Amino acid sequence: MSARDAILDGIRRNRPAGDFPLPEVPLFAPLVGEDLVAEFGERLKRMGGRVAEPGAADVFAGVRERLDAAKVIASAVPELTGNRDLRSVRAPQEVEDVDVAVVRAVFGIAETGSVLFTQDQLIVNAVAYLAQHLVVLLDPADIVPNVQAAYRRPEFGRSAYAVLHTGPSATADIEGVLIHGAQGVRSLTAVLLPRDAAERG
Amino acid sequence: MSVEDLNPREREGVIHPEVRAGHDESERAPDGRRLQHAEAASKPIRAPQTREPQPRGAKIRGDRPINQSEAAERFLAAPLHQAAHDERLWDLRKKRDASAHGIPEWEELRELASQIKTHTLSHLDRYLEQFEAAAKANGVHVHWAKDGADHNRIVLDILRSHGAKTLVKSKSMLTEECGFRHHMAANGIEVIETDLGERIQQLDNEEPSHVVAPAVHKTRMDVAEVFAKTLGTDPDNDDAHYLAESQRETTRPYILKADAGMTGCNFAIAETGTVVTCTNEGNADLSGNVPPLQIHSIGIEKIIPKVEHLGVFIRLLSRSALGSPITQYTSHFRGPRAGTEMHMVLVDNGRSERLGMEEFWTSLKCIRCGACMNTCPVYRRSGGLSYGATYSGPIGLIIDPTFNKRKYSTLPFSSTMNGSCTNVCPVKINIHEQIFAWRKVLVEEHQIPALKQGMMKAAGAVLSRPAAYRAAIGAADSALKVLPRFAVYNPLNTWGKKREMPDAPRQTFHAWYKQNRMKDTGR
Ligand code: SF4
Repeated sequence: MSARDAILDGIRRNRPAGDFPLPEVPLFAPLVGEDLVAEFGERLKRMGGRVAEPGAADVFAGVRERLDAAKVIASAVPELTGNRDLRSVRAPQEVEDVDVAVVRAVFGIAETGSVLFTQDQLIVNAVAYLAQHLVVLLDPADIVPNVQAAYRRPEFGRSAYAVLHTGPSATADIEGVLIHGAQGVRSLTAVLLPRDAAERG
Repeated sequence: MSVEDLNPREREGVIHPEVRAGHDESERAPDGRRLQHAEAASKPIRAPQTREPQPRGAKIRGDRPINQSEAAERFLAAPLHQAAHDERLWDLRKKRDASAHGIPEWEELRELASQIKTHTLSHLDRYLEQFEAAAKANGVHVHWAKDGADHNRIVLDILRSHGAKTLVKSKSMLTEECGFRHHMAANGIEVIETDLGERIQQLDNEEPSHVVAPAVHKTRMDVAEVFAKTLGTDPDNDDAHYLAESQRETTRPYILKADAGMTGCNFAIAETGTVVTCTNEGNADLSGNVPPLQIHSIGIEKIIPKVEHLGVFIRLLSRSALGSPITQYTSHFRGPRAGTEMHMVLVDNGRSERLGMEEFWTSLKCIRCGACMNTCPVYRRSGGLSYGATYSGPIGLIIDPTFNKRKYSTLPFSSTMNGSCTNVCPVKINIHEQIFAWRKVLVEEHQIPALKQGMMKAAGAVLSRPAAYRAAIGAADSALKVLPRFAVYNPLNTWGKKREMPDAPRQTFHAWYKQNRMKDTGR
């Protein structure tokens, strides 16, 4: 018998007796207040992330310092031209030297301060971890109130890869000292920028 | 090597100054607030500068019963380690409470999580088939492994057929169960752990001591010593930022050149064939997204039916584990990247058998949050390695004997039966009742030495004194911090031994224990 059949067979033989129906999962009332943008920002900050308001003249004013200090910028958004073209990357290892990656989030979650990316936004999935810093464009209109609502979104069922990022990479494995930049990015900054800002000029 | 040598980018101003500010404590928000996400302690646990050698875990002698109390005694005899460990985990427990109290529907979520798991486990064959079909439709190669050896053989085959020699992996308790790393080493495959805690343990040739924080039993001085020996760091520099940065810089080249990447699995979704991993470091995400070959090891009990059920578990997992609302990264791997291969290995390793154990099958609901360990006075005082098993703490006491009844026969006695584990478990496993049930089984089957049979009577005595037992449970929140009051109820009295026991009945018990303990020593 194949391992597969042996395992399934064992499970059928040992199936616990009883009727255990699958419960309905309610949406639950949001834990957060009405102002989803403010709530999102506050929660993201608590998770070590940053929020930058877009500048009037220069939407990236809030992260200019970081961008100016960067040698390699990989942009996956039309609002900013970087100097590393993600579409021409053939192997993920090639983005190893990226200092700042700029990516648009599909949506944000107010309850946790998370943002969602799929392979379509990241272009090269690994850039979201190998880059030293991550700048995330998020349309304030794209914030859902809670995790439960997020998991009703279609992206999870149709993306080869989907990931919720909540602030920068972190660890406290040594004596509980919190450290950002464990393996992934050292910082995450969300710029609250509507999707059509570039077109509106 | 100095900190500055590690990364020239910092000097060029690419690394933001706050990342390497001259402090050695936890990160703060720009407004100065101390941040408390990830595994961070709310106050720094700064061990005094005296060096105290790290106490090592239980001595393993084949199948002979683990002597947990002996290892616990050695841990207790190292006051720095003992205090730091206890304090750190208690801190996590408190943060878990604060987090849980912040959600009005907390109890409802626990109930839902429990019901979803119970339902899935009682229809596991169906959901596994559904998962397999969905994964295959996504272009994933699906494998089935009866046990650890099977798992290791399958992975080795995959690696060999790709000519892969190096593998980076993220923390996975399942692969610990399988002895994966040792097997790969014996077969010429280099395996590098990417989680900081797990990497510390790998470099120190130790098993993880906690399911969430593998190196929680080590002080920063221990880590400095291990890294100085293995990574060439400055032995006199025990700054946690310096040490973590050293690991980052030395692990990254492995990640970049690895032929294969492996992750464990927190949740597997039958509906979509998705594997979900939850980490704070981003290491599972790197392991899954960088190397050209990607492998996910999945315990068959990790299945949940639908994406919408994730909402329940994701909301519970990190809050129960660390008190944060979510882990920094929640990755959903569903299909291979263009031009690469993705493999999933579904591993049984005793799980289907456990499903048939009437009293113990609901332990399969466990989502490995570690909350039961963090709250357990015995665990906090004795360290995870004292259990001498892959799984330690309260859930370990239930799972371990299912792997080896003789070797782990004494573990179900390493509990004060205070019920705190049951109270915090996000999937509502009746942990302490199952521990008690194991005691009965082990006594009936004579799997335990004579001394422990005496302990049975002791446990029975405590449980048959409803007032004492209720007091233990009822006062859990405040009194758990002060272990010895409870430890005296524990027949393996190591934890309470060094404290005075003024109360008359307890004294009697203590006397009884000492007497029996002496017999044990003579055995
Ligand atoms: S038994 Fe419950 S509390 Fe313990 S690790 Fe598992 S899920 Fe968490």
